[in-house]
Amino acid sequence: MIVLGIETSCDDTGIALLKDGRELLANLLSSQVSIHSVFGGVVPELAARKHLATLLPLLHEALEKSGVSLEDIDCIGVTNRPGLVPSLLVGLTFAKGLAYALGRPFIAVNHLEAHTFAIFLEREVEFPFVSLVVSGGHTSLFFVEDYGKMQFLGGTLDDAAGEAFDKVAKLLNLGYPGGPIIDKLARKGDPNAIAFPVAKTPGYSFSFSGVKTAVMSWLKKHKDYKVEDVAASFQEAVIKALVAKTFKAAEYKKVKNIVVSGGVACNSRLRELFTKRAEEEGYRVYFPSPKFCTDNGAMVAFVAYYRFLKGERAYFDVDVASRV
Amino acid sequence: MKTITRSEEETIKVAEDLARRLDKGYLVLLSGELGAGKTRFVQGLAKGLGISDAVTSPTFTIVNEYRGRLPLFHIDLYRLERFPEEDIDLDEMLEKGVAAVEWWGKDRSFFEQYKPRVIVSIRVVSESEREIDIAWEDSSEK
Repeated sequence: MIVLGIETSCDDTGIALLKDGRELLANLLSSQVSIHSVFGGVVPELAARKHLATLLPLLHEALEKSGVSLEDIDCIGVTNRPGLVPSLLVGLTFAKGLAYALGRPFIAVNHLEAHTFAIFLEREVEFPFVSLVVSGGHTSLFFVEDYGKMQFLGGTLDDAAGEAFDKVAKLLNLGYPGGPIIDKLARKGDPNAIAFPVAKTPGYSFSFSGVKTAVMSWLKKHKDYKVEDVAASFQEAVIKALVAKTFKAAEYKKVKNIVVSGGVACNSRLRELFTKRAEEEGYRVYFPSPKFCTDNGAMVAFVAYYRFLKGERAYFDVDVASRV
Repeated sequence: MKTITRSEEETIKVAEDLARRLDKGYLVLLSGELGAGKTRFVQGLAKGLGISDAVTSPTFTIVNEYRGRLPLFHIDLYRLERFPEEDIDLDEMLEKGVAAVEWWGKDRSFFEQYKPRVIVSIRVVSESEREIDIAWEDSSEK
């Protein structure tokens, strides 16, 4: 059985074809198609327009690469929440159109569930586990008992962790995207050089707005500093907060397995600190490969696959939502 | 009117008081550097509008909608160059409730036509102090 996965919740357009829930026939991202010329430089518009122009060529390329025809598609999975409403609408409408024309079912997928289960594209993880989804737009903790059975434990009260990386990179004039730049710089800096405070938040919630403001204030008061030290110290503060809450959740839920996904899960120091703590305390922590950490269509196809097997189908009146 | 606040809580309080005076159709335009507390201010607006959901940063989603005494549309132009009027219907939002826009200075001219509006400028005085300038521009001034 072949599932088409469509992901348009933010900036990247993702299309994937997944066979029997394990064999990835194609997994394409908008950046891999040479359609940039269509836009003729940077047009300051929402990503929605880009998704609209990208989806069809991307689908054609995926079909061509995998030697699959449209009629071979058994089911369509599409992200419908949470995310950028106009962008989500492009993906959902595209999926509905395809489903209707092909006479195939489609399934509306939660983006955060897709990130949580992205690891299953590479290996299985024993249930139950705690899942941290950490990216530019999200920082959320879940308790996961089974396929599709997730309990929200807590999330950010203000900025997502990845957003804090981007904004601090901006404060340091480092460019975009901030995550990989700070990660690289921080390797040459001292993570204990500056003690940036991370707000204490209740339960399993996070707050990263304050640490951004702390960096801003610190930069105003200091002229002579090593940018590597600022990057490393900021990164350390954010990651320590992520580690602390995630392990607190694992302890509370009495689970031994932890899955960390989303774009920020590519960060090398994050992987190091999670792995170290897990080894010290007898936990197992799993990270998907970078290509499955960032937004992609494959993870959406995977969630649609197991939901299809459970008999789930979406109705044509299903809508999008910016928040879950 | 300028006010000095000495903590995030005080900033939230100022916003909460402002929100009580807002009505359907009001546009709140916020400016201030990165980390000045624009989102904090909107959290106060939400509180004043009787919204109990956590107000999170709209940087990635561009628009977040909340239900309260009046619906609040929280918009952020940080990642954009101008207001995306093809995708976001500000008029419709203002018919339903209140809209708060961060980084509105990126498309100053677009917002010219909108009245009534409240312009909120947040200046960083020190690590914890902020000077908040609130200017009301009502439709009668048109």
